[in-house]
Amino acid sequence: MINNFTVEATELTRLYGGREAVSNVSFSLSKGQVLGFLGPNGAGKSTTMKMLTGNLAPSNGSVKICGIDMMENPKEAKALIGYLPEMRPLYKELTVDEYLTIAARLHRVSAGNIKKAVEITKERCGLAHMSKRLIENLSNGYQQRVGIAQAIIHNPMVVILDEPTVGLDPIQIRDIRALIREVGAERSVIISTHILPEVEVVCDHVQIIDKGKLVFNGAIDVLKKQRIGNKLLISMSNPPSADSLLKIAGVTEVEVLATGQMRVRFAEDVTPAEAIVQAAVHNNWGLHQISPDQTSLEEVFMQLTYQDAALTAA
Amino acid sequence: MILNLARKELKSMFASPMGWVILSILIFAFATYFINAVTQYYGMMAGSVKSNGRIGVTLFIGQSVFGLASFVMLFAVPLLSMRLIAEERRTQTLTFLFSAPISLTEIVLGKFLGLFAFLMIIIAVITAMLCTLSNWTELDFGFIFSNVLGLCLLIASFSALGLYFSSITAQPVIAGLLSFIALFTLLALDQFLAADSSNQLSQILRQLSLMHHFEPLSKGIIDSTDIAFFLLFTGIFLIFTLRRLDAERLRA
Repeated sequence: MINNFTVEATELTRLYGGREAVSNVSFSLSKGQVLGFLGPNGAGKSTTMKMLTGNLAPSNGSVKICGIDMMENPKEAKALIGYLPEMRPLYKELTVDEYLTIAARLHRVSAGNIKKAVEITKERCGLAHMSKRLIENLSNGYQQRVGIAQAIIHNPMVVILDEPTVGLDPIQIRDIRALIREVGAERSVIISTHILPEVEVVCDHVQIIDKGKLVFNGAIDVLKKQRIGNKLLISMSNPPSADSLLKIAGVTEVEVLATGQMRVRFAEDVTPAEAIVQAAVHNNWGLHQISPDQTSLEEVFMQLTYQDAALTAA
Repeated sequence: MILNLARKELKSMFASPMGWVILSILIFAFATYFINAVTQYYGMMAGSVKSNGRIGVTLFIGQSVFGLASFVMLFAVPLLSMRLIAEERRTQTLTFLFSAPISLTEIVLGKFLGLFAFLMIIIAVITAMLCTLSNWTELDFGFIFSNVLGLCLLIASFSALGLYFSSITAQPVIAGLLSFIALFTLLALDQFLAADSSNQLSQILRQLSLMHHFEPLSKGIIDSTDIAFFLLFTGIFLIFTLRRLDAERLRA
């Protein structure tokens, strides 16, 4: 292998009756990375994942898993992937043990290791006490864990999870996020979601897809920086005029909000917070709150996905 | 890998009451026919005074039991085959198979073998029933072999057709109905056209009838044409199934 990419997607395009569900999506992923796939409903997240896992043939473009082409050697490529689709593929008439054994066998775990693989996977997913239960009788959260268990049972290089935390309670979500990070430390993980904070917690790479096109592709830090920006939110009981704040070094813009708070923008590479506090004490402005003004991730998301729409509207 | 899939199918069949119920009802029906035939045999043969009216015990009992088998399979196979792919499509578990490192050919053959193995249990029981008679009388094993072979080929064809109809829909009931209608038509084709032997078209259509090819085997005549017909029939429907599933990946 020349490079260390576990997943390489090149110009993936998928047409549904002439309409492009996914167009020209290219990206790559290395070992030890967790990639978050963000996008509104119907953006093409699931379609892209189906193409990555060989469930759907792309109209154009190619997928390589650890250098193995999905079109040319589907069996070898699929052996390196663990996939949990949006609709959990569970045989509900079987018990957890029976189902996981079949999953291990079909994913070519050698006969001698199947029992061990099932035990380890149950342990990792917190299913150990559910072994003999019929999947049908498990709660939604536990069924989801079984779904994740079948995706990681053969210790694949790439784990692809389509909306893994949907319908779980907060504690289960926390457990599953921890599991995703654990798997992501040594393998590659791709998860799709529309829960934005989840991306910040679990992923180190983010892709935002909208109407089949990649609108953002980069490290989570870039997104975070975009989010935090150079803004401070200040509340004072005895606020001064905007001009007196502008005199403080680094402050470029002052905006008085309807709530009586003030939003202060400042230049790059300076942190005027300290100077503002000193000035406030000195002039008796009655400062009681000063905090970085974060744009919510939702806002960034909206900005990115609706940029195009706004442009065409204007 | 094919065997692993077949094992999975068998497990699924026995995990629901469906498999057990069908199995027990069928074995009960065959056993009843078998017992009836055994008790009737002595009465019937004692009644026919002329020696040329008498037939062997294997022929008498075999015809009764195997005759029922081909008829019963017409109902049993669609009931069992309808779930194979349609149910998996409905519950979205097909993705599980498509994402595993298995080729489509292996999936189709595995499912086919799973169903075939299940039906073989019934055939094995029938054969065992007939063979128990050899404790008391001499049996015509050639006749039994030809019938068992015929029945195996017949249910292989039924299963392949059932599998295909299961692959074209997401509703098991529709798949079951369609395969029942198709099988019934193919079996009875013979009956509709039997009288008219001068017509070329009807001669060709007669050749398509499953019964037309099964009858010689059930009389103990093993003809390579009939065997080839059943094997081709099975193969063609397995290929149709394969093409149907492949189209799903390309177009769906």
